[in-house]
Amino acid sequence: MIGYLIKRLILALFTIVAISILSFAIIQLPPGDYVDAYIAQMSASGSAVSQQEAENLRIQYGLDQPIYVQYLKWVTLAARGNFGMAMEWGRPVTEVIGDRLALTMIVAIASVILTWALALPIGIYSAMRQYSIGDYVFTFVGFIGLAVPGFLLALLVLYFGFTLFDANIGGLFSPQYLDAPWSMAKFYDLLGHLPIPAIILGLAGTGQAVRIMRANLLDELRKPYVVTARAKGLSETRAILKYPVRVALNPFASTIGYTLPYVVSGSIIVSLVLSLPTVGPLLLKALIAQDMFLAGTIVLLLGILTVIGTFLSDLLLMWIDPRIRLEGL
Amino acid sequence: MAQTLRGPDDAAETAIPVDAAVIATNVAEERVSVASQWQLMWWRFRKHKLAMLAAVIVMLFYGMVLFADFLAYADPESSDAQRGLIAPQPVVWFDPDTGAFFPHVPGLVGKRNPTTFKREYVIDPEVKVPVKLFAEGFEYKFLGFIPANRHLLGVTEGSAEQSIFVMGTDIQGRDMWSRLMYGTRISLTIGLVGVSLSLVLGIVLGGVSGYFGGWIDTVVQRLIEILRSIPTIPLWMGLAAAVPQDWSVLQVYFSITIIISLIGWTELARVVRGRFLSLRQEDFVMAAELSGCNQARIIFVHMVPLFLSHIIAATTLALPFMIVSETSLSYLGLGLRPPAISWGVLLQQAQNVQTVALSPWLLLPAVPVIIVILAFNFLGDGLRDAADPYN
Repeated sequence: MIGYLIKRLILALFTIVAISILSFAIIQLPPGDYVDAYIAQMSASGSAVSQQEAENLRIQYGLDQPIYVQYLKWVTLAARGNFGMAMEWGRPVTEVIGDRLALTMIVAIASVILTWALALPIGIYSAMRQYSIGDYVFTFVGFIGLAVPGFLLALLVLYFGFTLFDANIGGLFSPQYLDAPWSMAKFYDLLGHLPIPAIILGLAGTGQAVRIMRANLLDELRKPYVVTARAKGLSETRAILKYPVRVALNPFASTIGYTLPYVVSGSIIVSLVLSLPTVGPLLLKALIAQDMFLAGTIVLLLGILTVIGTFLSDLLLMWIDPRIRLEGL
Repeated sequence: MAQTLRGPDDAAETAIPVDAAVIATNVAEERVSVASQWQLMWWRFRKHKLAMLAAVIVMLFYGMVLFADFLAYADPESSDAQRGLIAPQPVVWFDPDTGAFFPHVPGLVGKRNPTTFKREYVIDPEVKVPVKLFAEGFEYKFLGFIPANRHLLGVTEGSAEQSIFVMGTDIQGRDMWSRLMYGTRISLTIGLVGVSLSLVLGIVLGGVSGYFGGWIDTVVQRLIEILRSIPTIPLWMGLAAAVPQDWSVLQVYFSITIIISLIGWTELARVVRGRFLSLRQEDFVMAAELSGCNQARIIFVHMVPLFLSHIIAATTLALPFMIVSETSLSYLGLGLRPPAISWGVLLQQAQNVQTVALSPWLLLPAVPVIIVILAFNFLGDGLRDAADPYN
């Protein structure tokens, strides 16, 4: 068990290092360095940057040194919470991102929870009533969820909300709470707005999870021990929920680790369509304006949070699945 | 049924009264036992009706890719602000008065609404523009080298650009149907090119990982796990945004394909590795090793043919992923850029809800996206089920 934990922890650390290298690469990709861009930005807004100032900035970021030194400097600065300046805003990156990162994670986690809350009962129902009308309906909806890309689904929901109900569905807050400080009322407002983005994001994952749960449970239901349980006169609910569902749950649970990165990834595009105040719209803006410190930081933080989330879900899996606990795999 | 299964060798059976059903089963069994691997797969695949339908749909779409220039009747780049945002005008096949076969489209008159100052189009009942099949239209090169100018639809007088609007026009007055045909070509080929690149990466890395095992396997597996735990879309967006603005359509096309396939290979590698791991234990591999085959021969002559079908199935399932990736990136404005036309580029015009509410036909390119993704998923499922005929 300890072995498994250490293994996952090391892998998570490696992943974070890989993400930091990739984020750094994104920052480095556009031609010219940060100081060039900064000077251009400052002169565009009317204030000049002196030669000396530029030189100082270059030394601060180690731009005169080889690329790995630059990377190390950037990483150490980032680890201390200094992600540089967001050029378009003229403010530190952390300030610009603000609580958007937390909102991104809230949307993603809400959608993962929804996926599970829906997929489990539907999967069990579909397996127990195989080939019933309900089974076909859920399978069909699941396939639609798989086939319609998130942004299209969001677009369609927006369109039908606009034409049929004359309602603007986008956003995470009602107008009066947009700039309001956090309060219980604002929190409840957020909860009221969460279901639509969560459903849009979770539909694809739910479709897949239902299929996995249904297939696993069907395999289990054909086994002799279920027949034995029925022959001994156990009630149908008990004969199914007590044993086969628990066995079928394990391979199903192991997919959770891959759900989070997928959902976070999808939330970026869906946020753009639904204009949610997450990091999605900010990332697109930053990329189009070539504001690379902001863009790189968003990719980095999003990646790190996802890795942490996946690690936590691994712990959860360990708690559910005794085989992992005992084998120490 | 029993009769149809009999081969010429069974002619003698009529003389000896043996139960026909037993012979039929025997013959059927014999037929199965001598059938090749691919034949067995085909028989099993044929049973999967939905997958068969999906296969037909996929073929039709790739037919559209080949004949895009012929199916389009208007030059996709020909724009005119005077005919912006015209609603779809289906071709009327019969004369409404006489009932005779007379394909035509109603004439349109553009008017400025005096109160809103918006351009509106009303049908002019006096004018009927006759439509001709296989008509001459704008020049193109069929398959890239045969000069041609025939199109499925066209008009006898004037130009098709100004009179036929089967799926309406976009803001700049370009014909949606014709643009959709060209968009299909780009979106579906980018999927193919991307999947081939992923396939090369997946087979090489997955094969090496599964065949050699040991520390190489560990490294590749950890690499896959790392890649799978990173949210891909922000990463793609970052990479795609770095594609220089002044690159040509072709350069952007290939860089976007490479970006997408760099992350899409992991699932293919996983499948290939799994097959290698299980086949490596088989007796025939050891036999080949003992008779002195080199590793390349063992891999490519003895092992690959056995799981080629699995690779084909995994590839089919990876294709819709590539197509969605390209569509999403282009929709955001980070993938292909105009003048390139793809489904994502076409859907970019539908970004604003108000615009879409007024001219919903701008959302029509979403229909082929959904159909193609569904078809590839069903086809892939069918192929995966059929891939292991000895099971």
